[in-house]
Amino acid sequence: MTARHARLASSLGALLLAAACTSSYEIQIETPIRPKLDVGAFQRVLVAGFLAGGTEDVDGNLETTRLLRSQLRTKSELRVIDSDVLPLMDVASEAKATDSGQQPPAAAPIKEQKDLEPYEHVFANAEYWKKIGEEYQQPLIVTGTVMFTPLSKNQLVQREQEVYDSFGRRRVIPVRSYQERKGFSLDGRFIFIDGRSGATLHTEMFGEQVLYSPTQSTPALSSYFELMDRLIPSFLSTLSSQKIKGTRILLQ
Amino acid sequence: MSMRTVVPIITLLVGLAVAPLAADARDDAKKQVQFGISVAQKSLWREAIFWWERATKVDPTYAAAHNNLAIAYEHEGDLAKARAAYEKALELEPNNAMIKQNYELFKEINDRTTRKTGQ
Repeated sequence: MTARHARLASSLGALLLAAACTSSYEIQIETPIRPKLDVGAFQRVLVAGFLAGGTEDVDGNLETTRLLRSQLRTKSELRVIDSDVLPLMDVASEAKATDSGQQPPAAAPIKEQKDLEPYEHVFANAEYWKKIGEEYQQPLIVTGTVMFTPLSKNQLVQREQEVYDSFGRRRVIPVRSYQERKGFSLDGRFIFIDGRSGATLHTEMFGEQVLYSPTQSTPALSSYFELMDRLIPSFLSTLSSQKIKGTRILLQ
Repeated sequence: MSMRTVVPIITLLVGLAVAPLAADARDDAKKQVQFGISVAQKSLWREAIFWWERATKVDPTYAAAHNNLAIAYEHEGDLAKARAAYEKALELEPNNAMIKQNYELFKEINDRTTRKTGQ
């Protein structure tokens, strides 16, 4: 063995020894997340309603309002106001008609995000939100847009296929092919409005997608709840502090 | 004795003199890290931070101390300090799979808190 080989072997030994000496310990942690919005000035929250569109199988306005109210009831210190859900599309159309002095136009179907744009001026109408605030003792108002649309994408998938050669021997080979997968996307934003002044305090954008295999038949409402489940932690962390549990590795 | 002979000898002597100091610093830091681990396991995270901060001062090249400190900062909700400590640990040991895994999990939480917002 040459001196060079001896040196190499001893360095390798030292490296292996160092690796063997490194101890690790798994430990549970809880990361506190401060709320993004200071809601100290409010005792009540009003989830007013949403501009919604997309598939007709789910009423995005009604379902989102119901779901957020129930989540806030159990996971926030704010008192949740029970009220009728605001038909924001109608409110926006009427406000526009009043401004222009014309009859409100017949509502066009809302199929994609840009179809909501003609109605979004309602969020900037501080007078309207102030009036709503006065009606409900100046709460924090939650509103926004919800677009729940069917989605279809071609994805590369791998499956196993049986093949027989010229001698009749069976083999299983992986075959990759494009497959159309269907699902839904949920996009929009949560808007938090000060019920005392009607001013927007904070806006939170969101966007989630889910795709299923062609053999799977998932109702639209189930997909909606699946996607909302992903958004809820972020929504709640805007209003109240959250603790996220996890595992980390301590090293020695 | 020529310069060509003297220089390597001096380098060797300096190396030999410094090596035990470095080893002492690492040994000392290891003790502090171990103590920090034992208190963290009892959920005494503030005390753990104290020991791990000391360890990083005694031996700033000790990646494990920075990694543990990052975890403790994360537990205390100090995400900016946690990020800096994880990045230091990875700078010292870029191929350490356990530090990488901790950092990835941390980033997932950190990204959630800094999700795209407007206004």
